[in-house]
Amino acid sequence: MLDVDGLARLTEQKDKESIKIQRQITLPWSEAVRISVRNVTIRLGRTMITASGIVLGIAFLSSVWTSGVIQDGLQQAQLQQERELVAATASDQAESDSAESEATAGPSETEKQAQGSKRIWLVVMSLLVCGVGITNAMLMSVTERFREIGTMKCLGALDNFIVRLFLIEAIALGILGSVLGTILGHLAMLGIFAIRERSLSVAAKMDWSQMLTYLLLCVLIGAVLSLVSAIAPAVRAARMRPAAALQSEI
Amino acid sequence: MAKIECPECGEQIEMTGIVTVCPKCGADLREVMQAVEHERDERMKTIARDDSVTTHEFIVRTRDLKKIYVMGEIEVPALRDIDLDVRRGEYLSIMGPSGSGKSTLFNMIGGLDKPTAGRCFIEEVDMAQLDAFELAWLRCRKIGYIFQTFNLIPVMTALENVTLPMIFAGMGTDEMMDRGRELLTLVGLGDRLDHKPYELSGGQQQRVAVARALANSPAIVLADEPTGNLDLHTGKEIIDLLKELNQASGVTVISATHDLKMIDVSDRIVHIRDGKIERIEHRHEIELEVGGMGR
Ligand SMILES: Nc1ncnc2c1ncn2[C@@H]1O[C@H](COP(=O)(O)OP(=O)(O)OP(=O)(O)O)[C@@H](O)[C@H]1O
Ligand SMILES: [Mg+2]
Repeated sequence: MLDVDGLARLTEQKDKESIKIQRQITLPWSEAVRISVRNVTIRLGRTMITASGIVLGIAFLSSVWTSGVIQDGLQQAQLQQERELVAATASDQAESDSAESEATAGPSETEKQAQGSKRIWLVVMSLLVCGVGITNAMLMSVTERFREIGTMKCLGALDNFIVRLFLIEAIALGILGSVLGTILGHLAMLGIFAIRERSLSVAAKMDWSQMLTYLLLCVLIGAVLSLVSAIAPAVRAARMRPAAALQSEI
Repeated sequence: MAKIECPECGEQIEMTGIVTVCPKCGADLREVMQAVEHERDERMKTIARDDSVTTHEFIVRTRDLKKIYVMGEIEVPALRDIDLDVRRGEYLSIMGPSGSGKSTLFNMIGGLDKPTAGRCFIEEVDMAQLDAFELAWLRCRKIGYIFQTFNLIPVMTALENVTLPMIFAGMGTDEMMDRGRELLTLVGLGDRLDHKPYELSGGQQQRVAVARALANSPAIVLADEPTGNLDLHTGKEIIDLLKELNQASGVTVISATHDLKMIDVSDRIVHIRDGKIERIEHRHEIELEVGGMGR
């Protein structure tokens, strides 16, 4: 049966430390990070489903940028080749101004412009896809846990604890999802171009420092978009009265 | 958080502790903020007072408590003028048919929802006057909640579930872990500290919930149909556990239920029907009745 002495000891109101300490309600950042990260990692399967929106959106963005960088690389390589050809012929014959200028011009200005605006359009599109996917993912991860939010509020959580937990989780989810998406989109494009060109030389021809910048940008955009799109649902959920949060059936 | 009113232009400003001037007219708000802080301090002193020196006979009081749910055009009156006084250290059961308003009353007393009209006092403090921070404080330290559906955090172990309210209360890690272990041992789960809720039976999950409710030594344990999802035998065990806690530590237990097993352990039984108190039975009355009938 019950250990009455132990109980008396456990339930006796502690000698009042100063009222000041008694009055605080806290959630230290270290605890918040621990709880949020565990939340993401423990239900990894569930997390991956939620994160699929992020993965897909960022994979799209990453593939657009990768293909851009690859195409630039291929063009540069071609240009280089032509130039070398011209140089070779020039050594044989007298120098011809017209031939050189033709070679260095490469694709015409209008062609370049068309390509540029098409690329911008694709980037905007993929950002939209990211935005929708990520917002949806965040909305899902908040609404499926209304009860948990209600419970935490019953245990004494302030609204901003709930928001804090969800925002940390959103960043973790955002980084995880966008790293995956970035790699996926990048590899897919690399594969496609390698098959089209029938050689792996595409990788050697592209500007890797530019590529890395774009890939990092992808991860950054994914994380920031996740954070931003989690704010609204997290704040809304945190403000719910505990009774309403507890009543929701999911 | 509390809102304050600018003395110059009447603008309502959220008290965040960061803004000290009115964003609209630039008036200095520090004086008003100090006044609000002071008021809060006074209220906190009342609710944070050590139980042993508190002399209020009634730990919970409700006056003309009303709750009307509005769903579009329809108004559903869930509570009509509930006047209820709960004594310190009492084991009170709230009984009534489904839909009679038990959970609604539970939510009002626990500060989980706001009444449409009327007042609810805890330790003689009117809950309507408390701001979000004070309500959270009350939920964290004064009240322990137990639910029909257990409501444990699924990704956390039993021990983590029990220590979560202690994190909010600002307890140190070592003290927290020790206390969590002791509480779980107390409810008979000393060997299940690291089990997740889904690895535990319903009765065991409810025991974890009981331990969690006791985390910060609350003055009141509120339970909404704590045995509703349990079989007869397991339900009885939880009821006995609550009763022993009530007797050993003097914690006030308020339990909504339609479990007749609760009758045996309750000091008083409040019968409600259609949101009204129908009658209140005292235990000695029940015993007399039973005795009088020669059973
Ligand atoms: N969120 C809500 N919105 C609208 N009506 C509600 C809501 N919650 C409860 N009600 C109504 O209020 C009344 C009382 O409900 P309550 O949940 O308090 O009953 P109860 O006594 O707890 O019932 P049970 O024993 O089935 O749990 C019911 O008529 C119910 O339909
Ligand atoms: Mg109910």
